[in-house]
Amino acid sequence: MLRILVDRLLTTLPALAGVVVVCFLLTRVLPGDTAAYFAGPAATPQAIEQIRKELGLDRPVPEQFGRYVTELARGDLGQSLTTGQPVLADLKSRLPASAELTLFGLVLALVVALPLGILAAVKQGSLADHLCRIVATAGVSLPVFFTGLLLVYLFYFVLGWSPAPLGRLDSFASAPPTLTGFYLLDSLAAGEVETFRSALAQIALPGLTLAIFALAPIARITRASMLAVLGADFVRTARAAGLSGRKVVITYAFRNAVLPVVTTLGMVFSFLLGANVLVEKVFAWPGVGSYAVEALIASDYAPVQGFVLAMAILYIVLNLLIDLAYGLIDPRVGSAAA
Amino acid sequence: MTTPALLDIRDLTVEFATRRGTVQAVRSVDLAVAKGQTVGIVGESGSGKSVTSYAVMRILDRAGRIADGSVHFSGIDLRAARERQMRDLRGREISMIFQNPRAALNPIRTVGRQIEDVLREHAQAGSGDARRKAIEALEQVRIARAAERYDAYPFELSGGMCQRIVIALALACRPQLLIADEPTTGLDVTTQKAVMDLVRDLTRERGMATILITHDLGLAAAYCDAVTVMEKGRVVETASAEAIFQRPAHPYTRTLMRATPRPGIGLRDLLPEGSAAPMPPSPDPREILLTVRGLSKVYPAKGGGRLFGRRRDPAGEFRAVDDLSFSVLRGESVGLVGESGCGKSTTSSMVMRLLDASAGSIVFKKVELADVPARDFARHPLRPKIQMVFQDPTDSLNPRWTAARAIADPILRFRTVSGAAAIRSRCEELARQVGLPLDLLDRFPHQLSGGQKARVGIARAIAPGPDLVILDEPTAALDVSVQAVVLNLLADLKRELGMSYLFVSHDLHVVRLLCDRVIVMKGGRIVEEGTAADVLERPEAAYTRELIAAIPHPPARSAA
Repeated sequence: MLRILVDRLLTTLPALAGVVVVCFLLTRVLPGDTAAYFAGPAATPQAIEQIRKELGLDRPVPEQFGRYVTELARGDLGQSLTTGQPVLADLKSRLPASAELTLFGLVLALVVALPLGILAAVKQGSLADHLCRIVATAGVSLPVFFTGLLLVYLFYFVLGWSPAPLGRLDSFASAPPTLTGFYLLDSLAAGEVETFRSALAQIALPGLTLAIFALAPIARITRASMLAVLGADFVRTARAAGLSGRKVVITYAFRNAVLPVVTTLGMVFSFLLGANVLVEKVFAWPGVGSYAVEALIASDYAPVQGFVLAMAILYIVLNLLIDLAYGLIDPRVGSAAA
Repeated sequence: MTTPALLDIRDLTVEFATRRGTVQAVRSVDLAVAKGQTVGIVGESGSGKSVTSYAVMRILDRAGRIADGSVHFSGIDLRAARERQMRDLRGREISMIFQNPRAALNPIRTVGRQIEDVLREHAQAGSGDARRKAIEALEQVRIARAAERYDAYPFELSGGMCQRIVIALALACRPQLLIADEPTTGLDVTTQKAVMDLVRDLTRERGMATILITHDLGLAAAYCDAVTVMEKGRVVETASAEAIFQRPAHPYTRTLMRATPRPGIGLRDLLPEGSAAPMPPSPDPREILLTVRGLSKVYPAKGGGRLFGRRRDPAGEFRAVDDLSFSVLRGESVGLVGESGCGKSTTSSMVMRLLDASAGSIVFKKVELADVPARDFARHPLRPKIQMVFQDPTDSLNPRWTAARAIADPILRFRTVSGAAAIRSRCEELARQVGLPLDLLDRFPHQLSGGQKARVGIARAIAPGPDLVILDEPTAALDVSVQAVVLNLLADLKRELGMSYLFVSHDLHVVRLLCDRVIVMKGGRIVEEGTAADVLERPEAAYTRELIAAIPHPPARSAA
């Protein structure tokens, strides 16, 4: 098992190297002049030139790249010009916020989509099946910023049920002691029920926005995969042996149908990372997405590169976990890899 | 009948809702099974034999429903029973075993757990003794080292072993009725015999009744008390096993009996009487077409190879084909017979140059082919001269190509004919040769029957005018009546076109009918070689005798 893990990690190295190169080059080709932006609109050409020199932007691109890689090797992601903080520190403080939001949305989507998909497959052509189709179509057709704004309008502006969509906690609550960086978990661990409630109220709408987006592919794949497995010979055997409907559907059919669902989950997670950028903007969520967008607008290279690299690593780790999950779910995968 | 029947089916009609309206798959079927009796339901595909059994179990697809008639089991009206009651009956009172045992088991659950599931569902075991009882169930189907096998997954077991597990699962709760739906299709003859003997012994021991659903008359004759013959959803004849083979009353039963390959007959005897001209004697072959010398295929050692219960040398390599030598004369057909894993398919793939040999020579038309790498052989001038007909007529056709396009494929590839009109007329000529009606040429595979698809596959193989055609179980997926026609077609074509056949099969009867010489293989080596009549009637090797003995024979008939 450890060998497979190490082998798998080694194969990700070229991908990571590619991400570093492409990301570096892309930020250099982007229009916009960092030096001019930071010098301000009233700066003289000499002042801009001065800043450019300080930032090392007057050097040839290969040299800049060399310096970037050397610093990267030391674990230094550079300095953000907008916040004035090291990029690593910024990411560290903001990543948990994004991760919490994304995972919350994903779990919410799973809780709804899996039963819906299973029900739609078991009772094909029933009300549940049609509901599944409608939810799926609506979920993919509505862009996240639109659903986000719609939810804010409905639940905050019209109904007044949810708090102002500003950040992770309302202004009176203070952040719980950091344990995981996830406010929901940390507040529970510290026993601060009030903080937990506040954090939950804040995360509900953005989480729901992401969940609606993630719901569609998961429900569709669950339904399709379940339909295929329910038609399999071994399900007929299980039925002929008189096993209860629950046992047949969950233990026999669903466990076999779960592999494609897990694969989709990996893809959905990466979509969510992208959708996060917009959702964080709409809900003023202090995550890495909004951080990266602000940096990009300011032509602030270091945070953008740091963000892309962090996302790439996150995605690779996630895929690794999915591969390992395969081995746990399906004994055939493990023996083929050995 | 004096004793009340255990299972009593009366006037059963099953309908399926399809896009083109309802279709009656089973029409007014009557069937009775007494306690301890074994009843065979025999029929070809589409006869409704499986659907009848699914209706009894009430596990029909969503689209299917019992439209009319009654099903009573021990006095319980199964048609009116609630689903909850049915679930209690299934597995505990009526059990089923299926075709394709590996697919019939949950691939990601250990076999022991699957048996436990059934035991617990029917309250035959609690959490304390479930494991012990599951292992007992495995021991009863004579699985060696049952405690070890408990933790095995289906993919780690052979097909015959999987079928034993399915039987253990079906018999775990000691049901009164066992429905066996083609339980041995796809298994080797020796495995088939072992599995059927096991079913017979276990059901006899427990006084169970059995319904054996099969397309194989011989199998039904060997193991059943009474036989019901079905055709197109109807029962055409029901009689005791002996009576039905001695005096088949219905014409369909007679056709079916005639079409079943058996000892002591010729190819033409398979067809309905008086429908074909007698077979002219085959020409005396002289010239050597193919010579294979010292052919071997060795696979290096790999993890997981322990599953092959086959001889391996100390280095752990696997010799799929081991120092094989034989030759094929022009105009001759040679049968390559053996059970799965004997290396017959590997041999044919090497002769076809789809696979590189590890050692040995293949001389075809006086040219050494073993030196030509498999990937370059596609452009070799002798490539059109070796063709192949595949086992599954459906899967070996591109579903998006019409019959004409499929037949034209080798012509286009080897450019033997050019010009759209010329190619079309060549396709039509080939279709006439294989007896495919010309108006079917523009149909897609799903619009053709199994026999028609087999004809397309044969037309495609003979299109470039080959000297050697490798037939890889070409009739294994066909019904016996279709098989009879296709085998005769193959024999006629061979003589007309002067081709040679290398016929790969596990069915000794079929091989004897079509082949001049037979090579029996086991473990990658030749066990016995000789003329078809010699090998089948006076087998010398013990293994050949074992193979022949395992084939179920219909009782000899006085009149056809």
